Order: sequence, then structure tokens, then C-alpha cells
Amino acid sequence: MSLDKSEVQKIAWLAKLAIDDQDISTYSNELSNILGLVETMNSVDTNGISPIAHPLDLTARLRPDQVTETNHRDQFQKNAPLIDDGCYLVPKVIE
Amino acid sequence: MHLSTLAQLSTALESKQISSEELTRLYLDRCNQFNDSLNCFITINKDIALAQAKSADKQRAAGNALALTGIPIAQKDIFCTKGIKTSCGSKMLDNFIAPYDATVIEKMNLAGMVNIGKTNMDEFAMGSSNETSFYGPVRNPWDKDTVPGGSSGGSASAVAARLSPAATGTDTGGSIRQPASLCGITGLKPTYGRVSRYGMIAFASSLDQGGPMTQTAEDAALMMNVIAGFDERDSTSAEHPVDDYTANLNESIEGLKIGLPKEYFGAGLDSNIAKIVEDGIKELEKLGAVCKEIELPNTQLSIPAYYVVAPAECSSNLSRFDGVRFGYRCEDPKDLSDLYCRSRGEGFGKEVKRRIMIGAYVLSAGYYDAYYLKAQQIRHLIRDDFQNAFKNVDVIAGPTATGTAFKLNEKINDPISMYLSDIYTVSVNLAGLPAISVPAGFSNKLPVGMQLIGNYFEESRLLNIAHRFQQATDHHKAIPGGFE
Repeated sequence: MSLDKSEVQKIAWLAKLAIDDQDISTYSNELSNILGLVETMNSVDTNGISPIAHPLDLTARLRPDQVTETNHRDQFQKNAPLIDDGCYLVPKVIE
Repeated sequence: MHLSTLAQLSTALESKQISSEELTRLYLDRCNQFNDSLNCFITINKDIALAQAKSADKQRAAGNALALTGIPIAQKDIFCTKGIKTSCGSKMLDNFIAPYDATVIEKMNLAGMVNIGKTNMDEFAMGSSNETSFYGPVRNPWDKDTVPGGSSGGSASAVAARLSPAATGTDTGGSIRQPASLCGITGLKPTYGRVSRYGMIAFASSLDQGGPMTQTAEDAALMMNVIAGFDERDSTSAEHPVDDYTANLNESIEGLKIGLPKEYFGAGLDSNIAKIVEDGIKELEKLGAVCKEIELPNTQLSIPAYYVVAPAECSSNLSRFDGVRFGYRCEDPKDLSDLYCRSRGEGFGKEVKRRIMIGAYVLSAGYYDAYYLKAQQIRHLIRDDFQNAFKNVDVIAGPTATGTAFKLNEKINDPISMYLSDIYTVSVNLAGLPAISVPAGFSNKLPVGMQLIGNYFEESRLLNIAHRFQQATDHHKAIPGGFE
């Protein structure tokens, strides 16, 4: 599978990554090469093999529906780029 | 004193030969002396370390010391450490002060260990050479023109140069074992779920596992006794009884059945390395082990499957870095979308962006079955290969890496060749098995590691074999020139 420039731009958009125009052809080559490597998987027939998402057959643990965490908002917001009165600020979304 | 193992330091502290404060100052001095040339640390925690050391000395004076109380340790900068910068090797988290401790850190703090610093690593643990770090490459103390391996390169280099007696690492596709091999130290990747992932910054959640990077298998056992165990804050933590990992170190390995996968000794393996690993295996035979050839027929498929599963999980995990709540934010975003895209575009390095894009692609509409589903099916085949092998053998032995430490810049612009060099390690992560790399000799003055792979939760057995091997050999005692 080879990815052309418009496909690279589409993937970058899906992944919310700003990519410089001058780097697109490099990404196009590198990503195509990686997908070429990945496609060697097609050499084996996997019909009827069940997919596994996890190495061990784990099931999700359940716990009582109780509040276990306390509020650490002030502490967490010390790492925030921009806050005001306990809220995280981003550029205006609705005019 | 700085050449001592954890076991020896524990004895020295217990017999009052040295205090934790003195020991901590000794290692901090070494860090300050050598970090400029090796670049193994992103942060050196002088004040915090000395405070912890003093408190450890008090704990010992009060008769409450545990085995590792007062011993310095270096923490990979992927583990959240409360009040200390936790960068994960990325510009994205260059300004991030972790608001809580990872479980691994919490357990070591409770054991009275002293956190001397946070080690350099490939950005978000993505890399095999430590060259993708925002903080610059780490150098291998055996030859400063070569890489230490990755992603836990700073930890490996620091332990090899004895800037720290031991360190933590994490292993998603070989990131503990490969740098351990390239730097001549011991590195254990435990069974998936054995060590808590809580507070360990996520790369690929179904593969990530933290573990010890030490001078000896005995030290790895001592560290496992502190960090292993169930953690309700990690949803995939294993609810499986925890061994005393030091209890069986000296057991005989008479009659142990070792499988040698023919796929691990074929084309692609440096002939010097093959010879060194074969000699290591002969050493195990002298100790009573019996070897037989086995097959892991889908080994070649582990790299392509890994480079679907790991990027897919990484693209999902790293979506949290959006420039809103924490981490890097671009200057003057013109709207919300620009804020997301430029913060991520500027905050992540090239390798991380490549993997996020591969992940986004293989998970995107229309491609999911061809890539992600196929990779998960192959993952099943790889797990079955190992389980079939373990019907006939107790452990599997082979090389850890295809070569010794390579030159800086040799592979950084060729991601594919970097990926292919992980052939002996990634299948273990896909299967979730434990594996250890131990020093087995030198090729052209650079260390070579031998890998032992065990069945699920058989860390004790791996440590026992590795310990017996280290009782019979001296490779793990070699110190790089200039660091003696």
C-alpha cells in the first residue's frame, strides 16, 4: 500500500497533527514503507483464527459503584496551559 | 562501593559500613560527573534524594529497614513521580510535573528506596536507540559513539556506568531487554500484568510492562519483590499469587529443558553473537540443562503484527495530549482545531508522529479488518506458537538482539531497519510472556545479551536460571573503561 500526499494529509487531519507541507513527501515515503512491511502479514492465511486483543484471557473486573477518588482539581490545573476560575480555556468555539 | 550490587549495598547498609546519605551522595556525585558525557538523566533529584536518604537512615536506626531501604535507584522518566518533572522524553511533557506517584514509585518509596533521578528514554518509549528523545541521545558507556539501545536507554546506560546501582525500565517491544543487552546489564520484562501500569505513561496498553534493570539476576529478584503484585488501580493487573523472587535463586537447574527456536539462530543474526549465545547455552548445559531445537514458525510475522498493534494503541493513548489540560500548547492558536493540530504537531517528535499516523490509518474506516483484525489474528498464532513450545520445554533461550550497540545516527533515518532489529523481543510482548536478558559475552568489545523466555508468571524460574548462569560466569561483572 502506498500512500499519496493527499492520503497523508487526510491521516494527519484524522490524527490532529499539523504537518509542514515540505515534510509530506517524506512522510508519504516512510509511511508507505512501514505499511509495506506490515503487509507481509498477508503471507499467512488467518481464516477461522479468532483475533485476540490481549495476551491473557482477561475479563474486566467489576467494583462496587462507590466514589473512591477525591477532588484534586486545583492540583491538576497547575499543569494546565491556561485556566480561569477552575475552567480550562481554549479559543472561542461559538461566535 | 559504586561497583556494588543491590544485594551487597543492602548488606553494607545493614552492617553500618555506610549510611544511605553517604551512598546517595556518592551516586549523585557520579551522576554529576558523568551525565554530561552520557546524557542518561533528564532530571537529577538531588534535594529529594537526600531527604529520602536521611529518612531511610532514620528508618534503619529505628530498626524498621527492609531489604532495599536506603538504596538509590534511577527511575525511567515514563513513571509519574509526584512533584517531579515527568517528561516521557517528549517536548509535549517538558513542563509536566506529575501530580501523583505511579504504583511502582509508590512501592519503592514505601520500601525506603531513594529516587536519585529520572532517566532519559526514547520519546514516549518509541524507539530502539534512545535517539528519538527530545533531550538528545544517550550514549553507551562501552563506546560513546554507539547507542545504548532503547527505549529504556538512559536506565541501561546509567546502570552499566554505575551511576545508579539499578533502575526501572518499561518494555513494550523489547525496551528493557534490548538496551540491557547492548549495555551489558540484566533486564527482566515480567509477565503482562505482573507489575502495575498505574502512573506509567501509556504507549501500547496491551503490551506495556515495567520491570527491573540491574547488574545481576539476584538484584532483579530483590526489585521484583518490591514492585510486583496486584493493583486495583490498573484494570489489567494480574490477580495471581506473587512469588518471593529470591527464594529459588540457588535451586539446581539439573534436568531443565531449554528450547532453542531455529528461527532465532537463522539469517539476520550476527555470527559472533550466535557463537556467544551458543556458548552461553553450553554453560547452562554444564549446569545440567538439556537443550532441544524447537519451532516458533510465526516469528517473522511478529514484526508486522507489532507495527499494527502498537501504533494503533499508541494513536489512541496519545490522543489525550491535546494542549488543553496539561502538556505543551502552541503559541497563538487561531481556533480550537489549530490549537489541537499545532500543539500536537509541534509537541511530538518525528517517530511519535509516524506511529500515530500509522495507528490512525490502520484503525480508519475501511482498513480495520485488513490491518488491525489481521494483526490480532496473528497475535493469536504467535501466542499459540509459544504455548505449543512450552508443552515440550521449560524455557526458551536465544539472542536478545540481532547485533551489538550500533553507531549513533546509523539507523535513525531508516525506521524499517530499526524495527526489524526487534525481531527476537516483540513476539514476547505480543504473547505477554516474561523474559530476561543477561550478559553473555562481548563481540568486538561490545556486550551481548542472551535472552531467556518463560511461560506466564514464571519469573522466579527465569531469575533462578539467570542467577545460576551468573554464578558460573563473569560477563555481568565487566565494567566499561573509565567508570571503574
